[in-house]
Amino acid sequence: MKKKVMTVDDSRTMREMVSFTLKGAGYDVVEANDGQHALNVLTANKVDLVIADLNMPIMDGLTLIRKLRATAQYRTTPILMLTTEADDKKKAEGRSAGATGWIVKPFDPAKLISVVQKVCG
Amino acid sequence: MSKSASLATVGSIRGDVVATANSNEEQYVTFTVGNEEYGVNILSVREIRGWTPESRLPNLPDYVRGVINLRGIIIPIFDLRARFGGGITEVTKRHVVVVVQVGERTRGILVDAISDILAISQDQIKPPPTMESGLVESQYLSGLFTAENRMVTLLDVARLFAIETGDDEHQSGAAD
Amino acid sequence: MEDLQQFKQTYFEESGEFLGVAETGLLRLTPGNADMEEINAIFRAVHSIKGGGGAFGFSDLVAFAHEFETVMDGVRNGTIAITDELVDTLIRSNDVLGQLLAHARDGTRPPAGFAGQIVASLKNFAASAIQEDADVEELYAPSPAVTAAATGGATAADGRRTYSVRFRPKADLLLTGNDPTFMLRALKALGDAEIECDIGGLPTLAHLEPELIYLQWLVTVTTAKNTSDIQDIFEFVSDESLVEIAEHSAESPASAASKAEAKPPAAAAASKAGAAPPAVYATEAAASATAAKPTAGRSSAQSEGGHANLGNHTIRVDLDKIDRLVNMVGEMVITQAMVAEHVRDLPQGEFQELLEGLEQLAQHTRELRESVMSIRAQPVGSVFSRMPRLVRELATATGKDVSLVTSGENTEVDKTVVENLVDPLTHMIRNSIDHGLESPDTREATGKPRTGTVHLSAAHRSGRIVIEVADDGKGIDRPRVMQKAVEKGLVQAGATLSDEEIDNLIFLPGFSTADKISNISGRGVGMDVVRRNITSLGGRIGVYSTPGQGSRFILSLPLTLAVLDGMVISVGAERFVLPLTNIIESLRPKIADLHGLVNKCDVMMARGEYIRLVYLHALFGIPGAITDATKGLVVLVETEDGGRLGLVVDEVLGQQQVVIKSLESNYRRLDGVAAATILGDGRVALILDVAGLQEMSQHGGSASSVAQRQVTAASPQPHVM
Repeated sequence: MKKKVMTVDDSRTMREMVSFTLKGAGYDVVEANDGQHALNVLTANKVDLVIADLNMPIMDGLTLIRKLRATAQYRTTPILMLTTEADDKKKAEGRSAGATGWIVKPFDPAKLISVVQKVCG
Repeated sequence: MSKSASLATVGSIRGDVVATANSNEEQYVTFTVGNEEYGVNILSVREIRGWTPESRLPNLPDYVRGVINLRGIIIPIFDLRARFGGGITEVTKRHVVVVVQVGERTRGILVDAISDILAISQDQIKPPPTMESGLVESQYLSGLFTAENRMVTLLDVARLFAIETGDDEHQSGAAD
Repeated sequence: MEDLQQFKQTYFEESGEFLGVAETGLLRLTPGNADMEEINAIFRAVHSIKGGGGAFGFSDLVAFAHEFETVMDGVRNGTIAITDELVDTLIRSNDVLGQLLAHARDGTRPPAGFAGQIVASLKNFAASAIQEDADVEELYAPSPAVTAAATGGATAADGRRTYSVRFRPKADLLLTGNDPTFMLRALKALGDAEIECDIGGLPTLAHLEPELIYLQWLVTVTTAKNTSDIQDIFEFVSDESLVEIAEHSAESPASAASKAEAKPPAAAAASKAGAAPPAVYATEAAASATAAKPTAGRSSAQSEGGHANLGNHTIRVDLDKIDRLVNMVGEMVITQAMVAEHVRDLPQGEFQELLEGLEQLAQHTRELRESVMSIRAQPVGSVFSRMPRLVRELATATGKDVSLVTSGENTEVDKTVVENLVDPLTHMIRNSIDHGLESPDTREATGKPRTGTVHLSAAHRSGRIVIEVADDGKGIDRPRVMQKAVEKGLVQAGATLSDEEIDNLIFLPGFSTADKISNISGRGVGMDVVRRNITSLGGRIGVYSTPGQGSRFILSLPLTLAVLDGMVISVGAERFVLPLTNIIESLRPKIADLHGLVNKCDVMMARGEYIRLVYLHALFGIPGAITDATKGLVVLVETEDGGRLGLVVDEVLGQQQVVIKSLESNYRRLDGVAAATILGDGRVALILDVAGLQEMSQHGGSASSVAQRQVTAASPQPHVM
C-alpha cells in the first residue's frame, strides 16, 4: 500500500512542489494550509508522515506537532518540519515539541525524497 | 450532402500529408469560382462546409459577405468571386465555404464548388504573373500550377484578406 | 530541479498574493499599532516568496528577500523599533520585491545597483537591531555524541571499507516519530551488514514501558560509502542518542562480514545473543498503538479555530478550464433556445411530454449558467485592498489628511468585472481626494474634522453590483462647473440646468474643474474616461453632491460581462441586439411628431424634447428595411453621455439574455458594433454600440469617425467568450 504523506504549508507553491515530488516517488499526498486545517484533516484520515512548515497562520507548525503528539493516533508518527538554513534554534524547539526531523528549505527533490524515506521507509 | 463527403476526403488526405512530409510535394485543395480554379494549401484548410446564411456586417466592401456561427465562434465569410471583381455570388445550396486558418484566426471563403485535391511539388509551381498580365491582385497569389490542361491559381490566404482584416503583413505566409 | 519548473506559475501567482498581503499589512503598520499577527503575516509573505524563489534559483530575488526578511524578523522579535521611516522602507521594499519577481518571471536581470538604496537602508535597520543572546546558537551545536573515529585504515581492494556502528537510541526515541528499524534498514542498504541486537537493557515485562526503547544495536557494515553517509542515516537522532561509528582497518570484505567478534572498543557490552530486532519492534509498535495517552486529554485538538476547515472545501482550478466551461454553457443556452424555437412550430396539444421536458431543460440550463457564472465570481475586496496605498500616496502628495473606510469587500462579481474596476476606482478616489476633500486647515475652519473621509463601499442591488465612492469634502462647486462648461462650449451661456445636470457635466469629455492641472488628477484622464470605461462594461455612473457636505459617486455594473440583457430588433432581413441598459422605451411616432431638419436629419418630439432620429438601415446600408419611421418603430436610447437618440428600426422582436461573442477574435472591430451573439436559430446577430452609432450618425457615416473610434478601442472591451 502506498504510504500517505501530508504536507502542511501556507505557501501553495511549497505544497505543490512537495506534493509533486513525493507523488513522483510513489507516495500519496494530502495537503493542508495551516496547522488547524492539518489537525482537522488528520483526525479524519491517518497518514504515515506529516511534513509541516513552522511559521503558518492560524496554527503554527510547532503547535501542530505538539497537538499531534498528544493524540493516540500520531504519538509516534514521523513529523518532519520545514525550516530554513540557520535555524538551529527552531530545530531544537521542533525536536522538543516532538518533531522527528527537518527538511531545510529550499530543498531539492532528491533530498526531500531521501529524507522522507529515512523516516518512513 | 456532398459537402460532408468532401470534408471526409480532406481529412484523410491530411493524414497522407503528414506521412509524406519529407517529400517535396504539398497537398492543395482546389475549388472553382466560375471558370477559374483556385487552390489553397491543405494545411491551412480546417474544413469545408455547405453554405449557411450569413449575417451582414455594415459598411464593408461587397466581398465581405458577413459573419456566420461556426460551432459557437463567429467567423467572417469572404466572397472570392467578389474579391476578384466578379460581382457578388448568387448563393445556392450547392455553394461551399472553405474554412481556412490564418495564424490564430479562422475565416471562411465562399466558392462555387470543391474541385480536387492535388499533390504539387514546389518545382511545378510557376511564379504568379506580374502586373502587366492584367492581374492587379497578383500579390495575393502564391503561384500557378498546370494540371491536365487546366490552370490552377494558388492563393496566399493570409494576404488575400489582409487589408480588410487588418492583419499584419508578417502574418502572411504563416498558413502556407 | 527541472521538474519543479512547472510550479513557477503557481509561485508567481501566489507571490502576487503574498505581495498584496504584505502591502495590506504594511499599510496598517504604524508606530503605535503593532499587531503581532499582522507583522507575522508580513514576515511569512516575504519568507514564502524567498523560499519559493530559492527553489527556482532566483538569486537576486532571494538575496533581496533575505534582507527584507531579516528586518521583518527584527520587527517581529521587537528588536527593531517601528518608525515611520521603517514602514516607508518596508513598503518600498515590498515594491522592489515585486519588481524582482517581475524580473524573475520575465527571465531578465535587474540593472546593476538596482534598489541599492533600499538594500542599504534595510541593512541599516538590521544592524540597528538590539543584539540577542548569541549563545543560543552554541546550545544547539552538533552533539559531541557523534564520534567518527576514522582510524586511518586502508581501503579494501574493491574500495569498500568496513565500519562498526553502535546505536543506542534515546529511550523515548519513538515519541519523536523516529523508528530504529528504518535506520537499521538504511544501514543494511549501504552494503553488507551484520546486525546484532543487545537486549541486555530489557526490564521484566511488568516494568516494560511499551513506548520506550531498551535495546541497542551493533552493526558491522562493509560499504563503498563513507562515514558521512552513515552519519546521515542518524541525522535526526544523533544529538540525543548514542551513535558511534568506527572504521575497521583493512580487511577483506568477506572476512569482515563473518567476524562478529571484531568489535570496536566502545561496543564491549553489545555481545549478547541477538533476538531479531524487527520482531521485538513489531511488538512494541502494537503495544504503542493501544497504549493509554496520559497527555491526550490535556489539549483538545478541535477546540480552536472553527473556521479553519475552509481550505478543505476549496480547490484551485485553472481559469482556462472555467472559461471553457462557461463557453460550453453558453453554447448550451444557444442550443436550448434553438430547440425551443423549433418546438414552437409543433402542432398544439401534441408532444406534451416533450414540451414539458424542454421546459425543464430550459430551467436547468438557466440554473446551470448561473452556477457556472458564480464560479468566476470574486469578492471586490481584491480591488478595494489596493486603494489604501493610493490614498496614502495621495494624502502625502496633497498634504491632506485622509481616512479611507471600506465596506462590502465580500460582495462578489465576475472576475473580469473585478479586473476592470481597478482603473475607474483609482480615478474616482483620486478625484475625491484631489477635488473633493479640503485641506486640513480649511476643514477645521468650516467646523469639520481635519481628517477627511473617503468611503468606498460595494453592494448587490437588483442583479447588479453597485459601488459607491463618497467623500465628506466640499461637494461639487456648481457655479464653477457651469462657468467652465460655458467656457468650453459644453453648455450655452444662460442655459438653466438643474443641480443634478450641472453635477453630471463633469463626465463630459474634456471637462476638468481644477484651476491648474494637478499632478494627481490631471493625467489626461478625467471623469469622462471613467464614464466611458464603465459604460463599455455595460455600467452606469452618476454623482450626487451636496455643497459643503461632500459628493457620492455611484457606479453600477452587471455582475458578469459574459452575458447581456438585450432587446432583439430587426432591420430588413437583419437582426440586432440592443443592450437593455441603453433603452428608454420604444414607440411608433405619428407624422405630427416628426420634423425634418435642413441637413436631412429628422427629429422627433418625445417626452417633451426633440430627439434626433437615426435610421439604422441608412447608417448600416441595409436593403429592404422600413424607411418611414411612422411605419416602423423608434427605439429611444440613451448614450453614456446622457445624449438621447431615436433609432428607427423595423420591429422589436423581444427581450433576451444573450451570450456575448467576440467579432474581433476572427475578424476586427466595426463601428457601431460592440460585439456579436448567436440567436436561437443559430444565426449571428450584432450587438449594437449606441455611443458608436451616435458618433457615426454625427459624422455622417463610419469613414470619418474611424480614427477617433480606434482611439477609444483601447478602453476595456467587454469580456467575450
